[in-house]
Amino acid sequence: MQCINKSHTSLGGRGLVLGKPAYTDDLAEPNALIIKVLRSPHAFANIKNIDLNGADKIPGVECIITHKDFKRIAVTRAGQGYPEPSPHDKFVLDKVVRHVGDEVLAVAAINEQLCEQALEKIIVDYEILEPILDFEKALGHPTIIHAEEEAHEMFPIGFEPMKNIAASYNMKVGDVDETFKHCDSVIEHTFYTQAQAHAMMEPHTANARIDFQGRLIINSSTQTPFHVRRIISMALDYPMSKIRVIKPRVGGGFGGKQCVHGELILSAIALRTGKPCKIIYTRQEVFESTFSRHPMRIKVKLGAMKDGTLKAFDLDILSDTGAYGEHALTVFMVAGSKVLPMYNKVDSVRLVGNIVYTNHTPAGAFRGYGAVQGNFAVESAVDILCEKLGMDPVKFRQKNMIALGETSPIFEIMGEGTAGTAMNIESCKLDYCVERGMELVKWNEKFPRIKNGHKVKGVGMAIAMQGSGIPYIDMASAIIKFNDDGFFNLLVGATDIGQGSDTVLAQIAAESLMVPLEKIIVYSSDTDLTPFDTGAYASSTTYVSGNAVKKAGDSMREMLIQEAANAFDVDVDSIVYEGLTIKTIDGSKEISLSDLGNRLYYNEGQKQLVANGSYVGKKSPPPFMAGFAEVEVDTLTGKVQVLDYVAVVDCGTPINPHLAKGQVEGGLVQGIGMAMYEEVIENDKGRQLTNNFMNYRIPTRKEIHSMQVEFADSYEESGPYGAKSVGEIGIDTPPAAIANAIYNAVGIRIDKLPITSEKVLMELLKSKNL
Amino acid sequence: MIITLNINALPFEVKIRPDEYLLETLRQLRFLSVKKGCDTTSCGVCTVLVDGKPVASCSYLSARAEGHKITTVEGIQEEAGHLADFLGREGSDQCAYCNPGFTLTVYSMKQHLNNPTTEEIKNYLVGNLCRCSGYLGQEIAIRNYLGVK
Repeated sequence: MQCINKSHTSLGGRGLVLGKPAYTDDLAEPNALIIKVLRSPHAFANIKNIDLNGADKIPGVECIITHKDFKRIAVTRAGQGYPEPSPHDKFVLDKVVRHVGDEVLAVAAINEQLCEQALEKIIVDYEILEPILDFEKALGHPTIIHAEEEAHEMFPIGFEPMKNIAASYNMKVGDVDETFKHCDSVIEHTFYTQAQAHAMMEPHTANARIDFQGRLIINSSTQTPFHVRRIISMALDYPMSKIRVIKPRVGGGFGGKQCVHGELILSAIALRTGKPCKIIYTRQEVFESTFSRHPMRIKVKLGAMKDGTLKAFDLDILSDTGAYGEHALTVFMVAGSKVLPMYNKVDSVRLVGNIVYTNHTPAGAFRGYGAVQGNFAVESAVDILCEKLGMDPVKFRQKNMIALGETSPIFEIMGEGTAGTAMNIESCKLDYCVERGMELVKWNEKFPRIKNGHKVKGVGMAIAMQGSGIPYIDMASAIIKFNDDGFFNLLVGATDIGQGSDTVLAQIAAESLMVPLEKIIVYSSDTDLTPFDTGAYASSTTYVSGNAVKKAGDSMREMLIQEAANAFDVDVDSIVYEGLTIKTIDGSKEISLSDLGNRLYYNEGQKQLVANGSYVGKKSPPPFMAGFAEVEVDTLTGKVQVLDYVAVVDCGTPINPHLAKGQVEGGLVQGIGMAMYEEVIENDKGRQLTNNFMNYRIPTRKEIHSMQVEFADSYEESGPYGAKSVGEIGIDTPPAAIANAIYNAVGIRIDKLPITSEKVLMELLKSKNL
Repeated sequence: MIITLNINALPFEVKIRPDEYLLETLRQLRFLSVKKGCDTTSCGVCTVLVDGKPVASCSYLSARAEGHKITTVEGIQEEAGHLADFLGREGSDQCAYCNPGFTLTVYSMKQHLNNPTTEEIKNYLVGNLCRCSGYLGQEIAIRNYLGVK
């Protein structure tokens, strides 16, 4: 292992700190037309009339597009594999607007000021409709958000638009009602999770030009360039072969750039004008007009025996997908499928619920993707149950949680939008993670609380699992090209969005080829130049794309051995491949990789060596973790501080421990943000009150005190060099672990995120537990 | 209006609108290290130094910058490289979109604070948000870069 489990610095990281142009807008044509979108001020309205009022006659205004310029083609912007498990319910532009910030029309002009002038002139006549702003009232509401006849599901997902249901789901194992009858202890509790904004630092942006071959060339800050190409083609009824989508460096995504954003309007304008153009979202647009995390109401019922054996699980979930149904079903399903198997020894399980439309900013993919919502509810409920049983919450988990070699029926029943895949757990150090976490946080000394006057410290914990890609659906591929002088190009469709996948994939290629990392020149991703990859989502890249890279590397190694055998005129069995040099077994002949390259391209037996590998998972081995929060609650003010957060993670062999640690730490802080600070808040008209960074508070460096992240010594046989994925798992535990820690400190249970000081103080006052 | 801006110790004669912000002017001059983040002075991504002090270029009028020394990361490549090496060692560069602005603030802090405590470092940098790293790796990198414990 010369390149694996090594903390190489990220490729290109230094250049980015030095400010080298690399991001989408850095690559825009300097003379690009500026695109601005007129956005709905109403949560729900029909557009009765659009009066351009001379806006299109302003010199310098090049193009105005409205819904009248488009065929009625319903698509989903979700950015998933095809056919998507999300309803096709979105037009590029529509005559109905369904949330504040929804697109009405778009203007392209030679500068932003002329765009603004044009937008001010245009008069839109709206018929304002009664919106649905409370997702618990969406079912059976007289307002129907998607009454258009073109909206459809691609396969059965429970889509019932006339009931405002974007998707629905139910599953069961055994008979929960029967099991509950025999349980010694049953608890029921309802939890609420909020809409959370991704708040990546780079706003959504894309730019386009028509090249000399008449093709549409797009740079986009996206996690899914291949899906973007397909969705543009479908939405605009334009040949996919004439579209090229390039993903430059992306300034953060977290799922927020899995969905298509401005690319559809951008493409339409580029094709109409034939001119370069660009769209950069304002921060307000990022908040109001992209996506957020699905808010959920989760009713949990658990039943257990006196000895602490968990017997039954019942979840009833209502999820708010907002105005459009991107990821409606799959986020909902993950709330079950990445939580329920953690307690795999129960007799019966039931999960039912609906995902409803409302007139909120649409929800979409967001790191943790249902798992974090489900984890908050279930891991809080487990602590409530432990309290009732009088059992230590750690011991309860140790008794009931999944272990190496075990399985869960859930794996086979639940996939993402479809049935799942049966699998055994072949790597699981969750038991170690829990024990090590207890040591690091000093659980036995600190549980449940340490009082110091009006300040009380408490510890709480939660366990989590995630996945590694979507088996039998998500495919990744890689091409390795050998060059003269003996270095390699690694071309991947995988999408580095800052998580470091270029580096990790290059390390895997270097390991396979037994060469130093510098010999691998990685390029991602470009629909013309790199092979297919579904993109950066579902914790796929290290496991799925990594396996593809390893296959390509192994194949290239075989080719090099063959070429060396040809050069020495010996059998391949007589070759010893050592990476930078290749020898015969008897040591009589030797050639450097560099010389072999030069020979192949200039001298003898000339040919280009290209290897490819593609991979589609046959399982999705879960990374696991145990998270421990130590909080301090000020009982006079309700102020809560997270003093320490301990995360012990089993992600198989971390390919690059520092980058893996960065993924976990970053995930933890987003999870702490969700637990305590962040919430998309709208007024009674559906307008966001938190549409900027002053009102939408993400954690600053002052809120983060101590985090201890460690990895278990683990090896996943099916992963590249033993690796599983690690992109999402870090975000899963903070909401539950912090809620549990606060309960252990001061005896109040907050079941509605975020856990603000105000809520804590109100509960403290109510409980008089001062 | 036409003004002369001193950017990284070089004079640039530029035509600007009176309501133009420095972020736009600098990017049009192809100082592409200067990034747009939030438009409301709240994220620190667009930070540049004006006379050595960090300002948010998204809300600093270009006209106001005349007669002052503007520094972008393009102007402190060597120093930025040192910090970059420390950030890289911690694996805390991640998406790196916030890094040029962050780097300028750290550079300014180095000039203005002597042997700062962790609390002082956090206070100085609180306006530079990062959504990727979780801040801890950055903190270690800064302390190593400054040579403080």
